[in-house]
Amino acid sequence: MSRHYSAFSVFREGLRGHKGWAPLWRSPAPQDAYDVIIIGGGGHGLATAYYLAKNHGVRKVAVIEKGWLGGGNTGRNTTVIRSNYFYPESTQLYDLSVRLYEKLSRDINYNVMFSQRGMMVLTHSEAEMEIASRTVNAMQINGVDAELLDVKDVQKKAPILNYRSDARYPIHGAIYQGRGGTGRHDAVAWGYARAADQHGVDIIQNCEVTGFIIEGGVCKGVETTLGKIRSDRIGVAVAGHSSVLAEMGGYSLPIHSYALQAFVTEAIKPVMDTVAFSPMTGSYFSQSDKGGLVIGGGLDRIPSYAQRGNTPMQETVLSGIIEMAPALAKVKLLRHWAGNVDVSPDSSPLIGPSGTEGIYINCGWGTGGFKAIPGGGYVFAHLLATGQHHDISRPFDPDRFRTGRLLDEAAGSGIAH
Amino acid sequence: MQRFPCPFCGLRDEREFRFAGEAGKTRPDTTQEVSDKEWANYLFFCKNAKGPTCEIWVHTTCQEYFVMERDSATMEVLDTTPMRKDVA
Repeated sequence: MSRHYSAFSVFREGLRGHKGWAPLWRSPAPQDAYDVIIIGGGGHGLATAYYLAKNHGVRKVAVIEKGWLGGGNTGRNTTVIRSNYFYPESTQLYDLSVRLYEKLSRDINYNVMFSQRGMMVLTHSEAEMEIASRTVNAMQINGVDAELLDVKDVQKKAPILNYRSDARYPIHGAIYQGRGGTGRHDAVAWGYARAADQHGVDIIQNCEVTGFIIEGGVCKGVETTLGKIRSDRIGVAVAGHSSVLAEMGGYSLPIHSYALQAFVTEAIKPVMDTVAFSPMTGSYFSQSDKGGLVIGGGLDRIPSYAQRGNTPMQETVLSGIIEMAPALAKVKLLRHWAGNVDVSPDSSPLIGPSGTEGIYINCGWGTGGFKAIPGGGYVFAHLLATGQHHDISRPFDPDRFRTGRLLDEAAGSGIAH
Repeated sequence: MQRFPCPFCGLRDEREFRFAGEAGKTRPDTTQEVSDKEWANYLFFCKNAKGPTCEIWVHTTCQEYFVMERDSATMEVLDTTPMRKDVA
């Protein structure tokens, strides 16, 4: 059985007809009790379980997933990874994630295909260039790589974009983060699941949480479709459905759920080897290794739990892409889907105690949860293991809505989530 | 494209409408002491229910504010009620 992945194991299995590959993780029946239960087998939940076992030596950890691993937003995003934020607190959190992503394939012995092909936020006027230089300065002061590109630099990196002088949104330049890029979203979920399983974490799929066991106001476990499972510490990482769990757990959240759509086109020859986002059109795209253009944009306008999008936003996003790169107008869409995301009032995540003793939350990542998976899991594991915030997660405690110390990244970095 | 029923104009394109907030919240009485928690609850916290919801919407073209009951999972509209009161 091949448990460790290497060029050698691929070669050996090739000679044996690929019959010796072991399943990536076990499928155990749930035990009666665990030290920590994580609800949600997406990227954040699985990363949390992995770091709990690896960094904190927590022995009995279960991840409970109502469907299949990575079947929610982890498998529905546009795979962009970046840390181009404005506030130091956000930079700390998201850049921790980028740094962990940089080493992740080696760390978990699973290729997550993190390709640091760079991320550009375009500007379309001289006024935007001034704000862009402010953002670049902020990023550099916060210790993150950032460059201010002029139009010639942008054209060199992405010749497919629209450089005509009569463009509706002429390109003046861009904020560029070279360490940003894209990853393979499924691989992140599967890789963390496999690594967590190797550390003894029980991953329990097709097991839906139907309620919490509350005794004397304190959470002592969960009720599931596979029976009761007890634990004194429960971590909830169920983006899109955070409020549904909150209702069951007797706490409240400042979150609205919205559908966020994404699109992939038919495969075409390489035309784009970076990620370009236009805040003016709200659209962005990159090109996958298979050749498909991966397209994303803003949230739908109607609060929704339906995992499907609506047509007005499709039109907005796709017309934005055609404005950015008119040459792509005839490219056909191959697939199109939506996920449900948690939208918080200040576009920043919520990490901390839920308000019901024993339950901790990791939610509110808005449209940008995928890039934050390693960092979110890392600090959430710290919180669940110690009961105390990691320094990086403290500013994201839900108590900021009471104290008023919000981290408004929609205004700060101009990226609206 | 979904169409929503404006109590004043009838069925109109969803792009003409804007979600204003959940129905049923009452602004704290500012003549009294209001705690940080009460303010936070009023300003930020919400039910965000999956399934039947009761929300305030505005039809931006005619500025009619109304309560819309709909299902947030199926997107079906169940009922709309105008918030405007007739002038006696």
